[in-house]
Amino acid sequence: MNDILIIIFSTLGAIFAILAAVGLLRMPDTYLRISVTTKAATLGVGLLIGCAAIYFQELAVTSEVLAIIIFIFLTAPIGGHLLARTAYFTGCVLNNKTHIDDLKDKYDRKTHGLSSEEDKEDPEKNPIAKT
Amino acid sequence: MSVNDYLYYIILPVLCLALVLVTIRFILGPTIIDRIIALDLIVTIGIGIIAIYSVLYDQPNFLDIALILALIAFLGTVAFTSYIEKRDK
Repeated sequence: MNDILIIIFSTLGAIFAILAAVGLLRMPDTYLRISVTTKAATLGVGLLIGCAAIYFQELAVTSEVLAIIIFIFLTAPIGGHLLARTAYFTGCVLNNKTHIDDLKDKYDRKTHGLSSEEDKEDPEKNPIAKT
Repeated sequence: MSVNDYLYYIILPVLCLALVLVTIRFILGPTIIDRIIALDLIVTIGIGIIAIYSVLYDQPNFLDIALILALIAFLGTVAFTSYIEKRDK
């Protein structure tokens, strides 16, 4: 029973890991690549480490595995958010099939300030019109 | 075919193939952000390889290294992004 569970978990984990790798290679855009790694790699590594917890069946190992999984689940979205934020600030271009860019013309690269569309007529409130 | 054979001859080569594909993106990567993502994914797949090795060689101590690697990967991502963001000011 444990052997079957280990085989199922490791197979799914390896499939997720290789899907993340292929997606990282094939995706046309930096933002899509961030999305691939944070989703696929988290589940893949969680399943692969779950193999070790099933194999050893000790409290110390299981708690350590849970600590690793919780840590990865906490840090992957934070890292992805930081990477996407830095990518937008350093001026990575979006893929030409991406139609929605909510920050376009509302974001000032120098001061990192934001302005809404209502402020555009009023140059006092609009940091883009000032510079 | 035992579980050890399955892990050794199927799972580990698949993970190594994933590492090779990510390394290609690390070398190609048009921007530095792509390289940071590739580095993050290399470390994450490395954690999976360490977990499989700890099952193969019956050594639960290897999982300590996996925990440390997860910490260092997050620290590296945060440090790289914050310094690149401050670079142009």
